[in-house]
Parts: sequence; structure tokens; C-alpha cells
Amino acid sequence: MPDHEHDTSDVDCKSALTELYSFLDGELTDARRSLIAHHLDDCNPCLEIYDFEAEIRMVIQKRCQDEVPESLRLRVEAQLRGFVHEQSDPGNALGGQAGPV
Amino acid sequence: MADQATFVDEAMEFMPSLYSAALRMTRNPADAEDLVQETYLKAYRGFGGFTQGTNLKAWLYRILTNTFINQYRAKKRRPDERELDEGEDLYLYRRLGGLEAARAGRSAEDELMDFFTDSEVKDAVESLPEQFRMAVLLADVEGFSYKEIAEILDIPIGTVMSRLHRGRKALQKQLYEFATERGLAPRDPVAQDEAQPAVIGERASDA
Repeated sequence: MPDHEHDTSDVDCKSALTELYSFLDGELTDARRSLIAHHLDDCNPCLEIYDFEAEIRMVIQKRCQDEVPESLRLRVEAQLRGFVHEQSDPGNALGGQAGPV
Repeated sequence: MADQATFVDEAMEFMPSLYSAALRMTRNPADAEDLVQETYLKAYRGFGGFTQGTNLKAWLYRILTNTFINQYRAKKRRPDERELDEGEDLYLYRRLGGLEAARAGRSAEDELMDFFTDSEVKDAVESLPEQFRMAVLLADVEGFSYKEIAEILDIPIGTVMSRLHRGRKALQKQLYEFATERGLAPRDPVAQDEAQPAVIGERASDA
């Protein structure tokens, strides 16, 4: 790589904010990611925004969990294991067929 | 060739996240249960076509999503055409940023966690028109990459990014409305003319 790559270490606030979601989504290259991280080390206003958005993301993630009804879990598991059992039993007429196709 | 006994063991562990996603998609517990059950049956039948070692969770989500779109959307006979109510970039930060520092001794995350209830966050996600809701759900709740979301929804990566960008803004606006309804936040303190131009993810418009 040419030396001029160092020029890109000059991440201003505008580009740090432009890449906010790409950063949080883990979609930046390692090089770009570390340049942004370096900017955040030196820029408290940008860091606050990054932290806030990361926290909101965490809240959304944690608040959107639902408990699976036990009846659903049992029903699906029994159904699937039933198919597996039919299939693995060589004497069974359904052998080789996993239910209706 | 992946065998189907292995499938049952491996796939069952994803049921909690599939069920939660199904609830956000259908917005109805009975439909969500049917959707999850149908997804597992289809996945079981098609498991021979799954390449072992690739992402089983993403593969299950693709089946879940296709099943939802084909069955539940067909019931409604037409796609979700609600308009997206978007705010500006950093909508919540501009209104609630700094609020978490107000009370000492607690982490910022705890503060924000207290700010919105389970049902408010779920309702806010469910309020998004379907195409935006799916993208936000897959990225923000399930943590899929843009590429995985593009494959799950069968849309280009650029479309994933623009749906996420717009969907997240609308989600933040809806969350803020819930906060103001409960009197936790003042009604829109950010004057319209103070709103800064869009900055996030809009490189093309920088010129």
C-alpha cells in the first residue's frame, strides 16, 4: 500500500457520522473501523452519539424478545422427531419420505 | 448432504428468535405460531438442500420470511402500503441525548432501558410498514449482516441499506412519540428549522 493511506486518517465529524450505522452494523473494513475509532477517541461529541445509538440498539434488541409457548415447542419438536423416526425405520412404508412433499 | 436428525437438534435452538420475529411480522400470536410451525416443516423437508457449515439461522429466516410473504401477505391481498413516518437523522439523540446523564449512579443503558417498555418497543417496530420492519428486525434485533439480509429478503444490498436507514429513523420517531405520550419527554423540543441536514449514510447526497 502507498504511504498516502495515512492521509485518510483525517476522519472529520461529518464522515464519522455518515458512517455511524455502517460502523455499528459491523460493515466497515478493519482499516476504516480503526480510523473511525481513532476519531472517537479524540472527539467526545461524536463518541456520545455513537454510544447513544449503540444503547438504543441494545434496548430494541432486548425488548423484542418473546418467550416461545411451551405447547408450540413441544408440538414442532414432536412432529419433526416423528418424521425422523419414520424415516430411519427401514420397515416403515414411509421410509425415505419426510412427510408430504 | 445434511441429515434430518441433525436438523432437529440444530434448528430447535433458533425457535425463540424465529418466534419473536414471527410475532413482529404477523402481529398476532396465533398467526406467529402457525408461521413458525410451517417454517420448521418446510425447513425439515428442504434440509437436504441446505449446505452444512453455512448459516443455518439465516437459512431458517429466509424460509420464515418467504412463508410470511407468500401466506400472510396473500391473505391481505395487497402489500403493506402504509406510509413511512420518518423523522430526521439522530431523531432520538437530539431529543433524549444527555438525558441519561441526568441521574447519577446508573448506566446510560439502564436509563434508556427504563425509558421504553417492552410493549412500546414492540409496538414501535410493528408500526413500521412491512418492508422497513423486516429490514430493521433482521439487522437490529437479529444482527444479520447487510449481505445476509439481502439474501434473506432477496433484494439488493443498496436497498437493504436504504430501508434500514429510513426504517430506523421512523422507529426512533415512533419511540419518541410513546415517550411524549407518557409525559416522559417534552413534545418535540427540537424546532423544525433547527433540524440539521441528513448526514448518516447519505454520502451520495454530499455533493
